[in-house]
Amino acid sequence: MRPAVLTGEYFMTGDVACAEGALAAGCRFFGGYPITPATEIAEHISGRLPEVGGTFIQMEDEIAAIASVIGASCAGVKSMTATSGPGFSLMMENLGLAICTETPCVLVNVQRAGPSTGLPTQGAQGDMMQARWGSHGHYEIIALAPSSPQEIFYQTIDAFNLSETYRVPVLIMTDEMIGHLSERVVIPDAKTIQTVSRPSPKGRKDRFNPYEAGPNGVAPMAAAGEGYHIHVTGLTHDQRGYPVMTVEAQEWMMNQLVGKIRRNLDDIIRTEAYRLEDADIVIVSYGVSARTSLAAVDEARDQGIRAGLLRLITVWPFPESQIRELAKRVKGFLTVELNLGQMHLEVERCAAGRAPAFLVGHPGGTIIPPDDVIQALKEHF
Amino acid sequence: MNQPNKQLRHPLDDLLRTDRIPHIWCPGCGIGTAFSACLTAMKKSGIDLEKTVMISGIGCSGRGAGYVNLDSYHTTHGRAIPFATGMKLANPELNVVVFSGDGDLFAIGGNHFIHAARRNVDLTVVCVNNFNYGMTGGQVAATTPFMARTTTTPAGNPDAPFNLPLLAYASGASYIARWTILHARDLMESIQEAILNRGFSFVEVLSPCPVNYGRRNKEKAMDSMRIYQERTLIRNDARPWELDIDFDKGVILGKFIETERPTCTDRYDTVCRPKELLEEMKGSKP
Repeated sequence: MRPAVLTGEYFMTGDVACAEGALAAGCRFFGGYPITPATEIAEHISGRLPEVGGTFIQMEDEIAAIASVIGASCAGVKSMTATSGPGFSLMMENLGLAICTETPCVLVNVQRAGPSTGLPTQGAQGDMMQARWGSHGHYEIIALAPSSPQEIFYQTIDAFNLSETYRVPVLIMTDEMIGHLSERVVIPDAKTIQTVSRPSPKGRKDRFNPYEAGPNGVAPMAAAGEGYHIHVTGLTHDQRGYPVMTVEAQEWMMNQLVGKIRRNLDDIIRTEAYRLEDADIVIVSYGVSARTSLAAVDEARDQGIRAGLLRLITVWPFPESQIRELAKRVKGFLTVELNLGQMHLEVERCAAGRAPAFLVGHPGGTIIPPDDVIQALKEHF
Repeated sequence: MNQPNKQLRHPLDDLLRTDRIPHIWCPGCGIGTAFSACLTAMKKSGIDLEKTVMISGIGCSGRGAGYVNLDSYHTTHGRAIPFATGMKLANPELNVVVFSGDGDLFAIGGNHFIHAARRNVDLTVVCVNNFNYGMTGGQVAATTPFMARTTTTPAGNPDAPFNLPLLAYASGASYIARWTILHARDLMESIQEAILNRGFSFVEVLSPCPVNYGRRNKEKAMDSMRIYQERTLIRNDARPWELDIDFDKGVILGKFIETERPTCTDRYDTVCRPKELLEEMKGSKP
């Protein structure tokens, strides 16, 4: 029987590192459905969960997979699923249920090229706007984008911690390249890993209001079977959790759902700057494309172009104020991503005409070579 | 002032969110009878109600979870069973009752039903079958009888309905029964047995929908009850393939299957878990 945290040094793929990160974060339920290139996460965790007291189940489709994950989380167990393109689309309705009922869970999307069945074995970053807006209605969501197997290990822990802190589903928007990339991964001592669990209710059980928010805008969460007699619904509800079909209830609930993220942006948003202090051109990138961009920044600097990289670690919420600040002082932005312009639209929006925003995009199936970035830098600036 | 009279308490009041009454169900609807049979069964079965959860999908019957004063989850359309599966597997100590309608469980959610039955997940599924989509105004369902009129089959339903007990049987359910809301006591007893039966247990409840289904099929609420009395036959030994619903020929009611086989959790523990961990887990349980 191996422990939950496999302290040591490994050569492992991003998919396996994600599964190990989940176990280290305290994930004890995985509901899945096979899909390339995310299958290895389910395969790996299916062997690991039963030996740490957790449960793996392969459901009949992705709709059932995410439904089982939300059910397990409502039973008080940290839960996750992993999928790709078509499966991500099928999960959109219940993603909304998790948002509306404020049920923590982690959903990994190992992106492949789309639309539809697309290129199942080849990566892309084409689901970034789907991550933001794919479920119906208006909401806020947290999405992370790892750039290496080591990072996906830590990001999966971070994803669970953010999810439990804010009672919101957290997406890990990785890509086939990172999922299938084998690199050195160091798993630290279990004692050094910080994990967070959802706030639990205190006080009288008969007076508990399941959606009465605490100081950070997040309500404590009772699990099924704890004696709180809670009602949880995907209908618009009040702080008792009761359905209320009024405009006022809709306003109140939406303020809760959106407010808890918008009021805590400083705690949630994570970015990494590389050679940005003196840069006059900002490359904005994430995931596998940030690796391309990193190489491009060094090459550009060698050629006398003062480029820097703003790597998005959280892609959602988008670091609006950071882009606004940069727009005041730089010559322009260049977004590098494996789609034909998605996060680029956000950069352009936040730059708001103060600095021009350009795109190095590609429809997916391959990575963007650093030379394409250099060429774009020369062309636009 | 409309002060509630404290002396006039219904015996099920402690299981109801009385502050949510009146409910949404129409006059003549059978869901309330099925719901109270379900609550009575939960109470009589002697299970720990603090560890009991009701899960519903979407639709008229799907509102059940909203009225029970226990941990209750009103999920998305068709997804009550996979939600319940995750909850039961994550905490096998919970008693999980799914209360929902025919459209929810057998059209949009049909795939989940057969797989949960195949896995023998220890759930109790109560399906109120009112032969149509009531909440949306009476459209054809996977259970609508041949030639019945609905808003989307104005010339009559050209398709055959599901035989739900046969579907449950073929999928591997451990307990299968069918009653109507007229047979309220048999229904209550069956639900009680279903709750106590380890494994996937299924109870179908035939129920009138006078406002949407009855109105278009010349069947008033009292006519439905008369049909349930005169054109049904109780046969506990009936074979599942004999259970098609055709009131002209007569509809068979009863408890058809009651067996015990290892549940999803039992098999997962014995097949997937290391033996030393299993002994540790057993040792830690009271």
